[in-house]
Amino acid sequence: MTLEAYIETGFPLPKALMDEFTAQYPNVTFNVREDQFAVITQNAPRVLADDPPDLMRLPQVSELAEDGLLLNLDGYAEAFGWDQWPATQLEQMRVDDEGRRGSGPLYAMGLNSSMTGVFYNKQQAAQIGMTEAPATLEEFDSYLQAAKDAGLVPIAQFNGGATGGLAFPLQNLMTSYGEATPINDWIFQKDGATIDTDTNLQAAQHLEKWIDAGYFAEDINSMDYSMMMSRFIGGQSTFIFDGDWESGNLDTQMAGNVGFFLMPSATEGGPQAAMSAPLTYGISASAANPDCAAFFLDWAATNEEARTIGVEIGGSRPMGPADAFMPEVDPDTVTAQTLAAGATIGEDNGAMDFIANATGSIYAKSWTPNLQKMVAGELAAEDLLPAVQADYESEIG
Amino acid sequence: MALVLPAAAFYSVFVLKSIASTIQYSFYDWNGVTAATFVGFDNYLEVFREDELAGSIVNAFELILFFSIIPVTLGLAAAATIRKFATSRMAMASRTVLFLPQIIPLVAAGIMWSWLLSTDGLVNQLLRAVGLGSLTRAWLGDFDTALPAVGVIGAWVLFGLCMLLLLAGMTKIDPSLYEAARIDGAGPFREFFSITLPSLRQEIGVCVTVTVIAALASFDIVYISTQGGPGNSTLVPGLEIYYLAFFQREIGTASALAVVLMLLVLAVVLPMQRLTRER
Repeated sequence: MTLEAYIETGFPLPKALMDEFTAQYPNVTFNVREDQFAVITQNAPRVLADDPPDLMRLPQVSELAEDGLLLNLDGYAEAFGWDQWPATQLEQMRVDDEGRRGSGPLYAMGLNSSMTGVFYNKQQAAQIGMTEAPATLEEFDSYLQAAKDAGLVPIAQFNGGATGGLAFPLQNLMTSYGEATPINDWIFQKDGATIDTDTNLQAAQHLEKWIDAGYFAEDINSMDYSMMMSRFIGGQSTFIFDGDWESGNLDTQMAGNVGFFLMPSATEGGPQAAMSAPLTYGISASAANPDCAAFFLDWAATNEEARTIGVEIGGSRPMGPADAFMPEVDPDTVTAQTLAAGATIGEDNGAMDFIANATGSIYAKSWTPNLQKMVAGELAAEDLLPAVQADYESEIG
Repeated sequence: MALVLPAAAFYSVFVLKSIASTIQYSFYDWNGVTAATFVGFDNYLEVFREDELAGSIVNAFELILFFSIIPVTLGLAAAATIRKFATSRMAMASRTVLFLPQIIPLVAAGIMWSWLLSTDGLVNQLLRAVGLGSLTRAWLGDFDTALPAVGVIGAWVLFGLCMLLLLAGMTKIDPSLYEAARIDGAGPFREFFSITLPSLRQEIGVCVTVTVIAALASFDIVYISTQGGPGNSTLVPGLEIYYLAFFQREIGTASALAVVLMLLVLAVVLPMQRLTRER
């Protein structure tokens, strides 16, 4: 049997899993097509309709599910016992009949679940007197100032082109001041949800304070993601806001010199939250081999070999039951730190989707231009959230 | 007639039919997959109501300065200079060098220029070397300079084309005209304005038409260098159509904007054609 797979270029995890799967089940092979994520996003509806893959890396699922392009996985969830896993793992991939996420039938599965936070350069952290992760936002502020005073670039965060990376620190600041649940409600398009809340305003103002204080590199409005990575790896940025999909890469490129912490709360001991999203794969509604594809997705979450690959190559926590097998990881690596952070987030119930995923174009057409304006001083923090809320309402309207 | 048929068939399938479909889609609310609903002129109203869409059209007109006026002016100057030593090896070398940008794929040009214009790029290195370090910035990431910086890339690409077209036009001007003018005591400037410029009326018309269309319908250079950022300051209609169709999945609105853009280009270009036609 040959499964048609459509995956994202640049990430070795799916291929590694497929190779291992074929090794364990030699009667199944994969015919793989690869594209950049932006290309997958643009073509998803047409590919799912005209050239249905058995397994496909998916962008935001709500519109695809609403259009009937994705297979409802509820039957498999029951058969394989996915419904016994922690419910938050699958929440983002449930879509109700009006296209709202968070509840309803399951339309996708994750190959693993990523986690975001702050990566830092250990040498530079030692230089500015940071010996352990900051416990409060205020403490983090003081380290940013110390880095600035030491002549380092505190944060080189990508924010150029159509990818406004300041959404990472902004959403992290939102959870320093407030809770994750209302943010998730907004992302899932729950009735009456708004991003324009008091605590989110405090977050926007805090971000503005960072901009005005010069904590970000001067040219972030023309910096793309790969420039950010090469600067951080090259020691030209003390901190970056990013996700654990880079853990494996950073452990190789900056071995022993990279650390990770979750965004601290504004109050000491306060709950912590993080953007955390499954690496979503779905099955086309008209796929030829849906049963085998679903079995593969279950296998990736439950097989010990597969989970080891998920951690070692993917760098992130695999899906599956809370007490499932976990491979040994060298405690000195940043991979170990990001995996540990995943547990903290689980305890604090702080997992949330990314504010960029609320609608199909809210990132490119609203967060990005508005955050770029904020960097250039053309938009005040007070005007950011109302502007985004207006775009949000006009799109889901 | 039989010779025209194959070309006409291709033209009608790949050009006329596409235009007709675009016009048809523009009257529907359609996400590209599920059933479409007829909405009349609603998509057109949206095009004119949204500030962002209107802003992209203003940006496109600003680009005309860089894509059209600068390359045509510089092209004239360069062609007039090269004409003086038209037969020498030097003329061929300069023609080749100046035309080179035209044969480089636009995507490559966009990538090359985004390196040149980056914070540590060659442009800023040169400024620092001559003591103008205070002027350095991320040219493509600054609200004030992003659109002009994109314009410079376009000017660099289109300059060679204009120069070559104008130079070709100059070679068909009767040399005796210049001789007569010189006998009448005309200097090089007088020669240029009284003989060269009027004789090139048609060629200038072609240059301006081609470059104005390049400005209004620009996509590649902007997509590669800024993707419309920062903060929509380099957003152009071509890019907006792409975002609408492939990210917002509003095929109807995208088609309506495409039709408006086509009409806009015709509205600008047709009068220009009339103006430059030989009397």
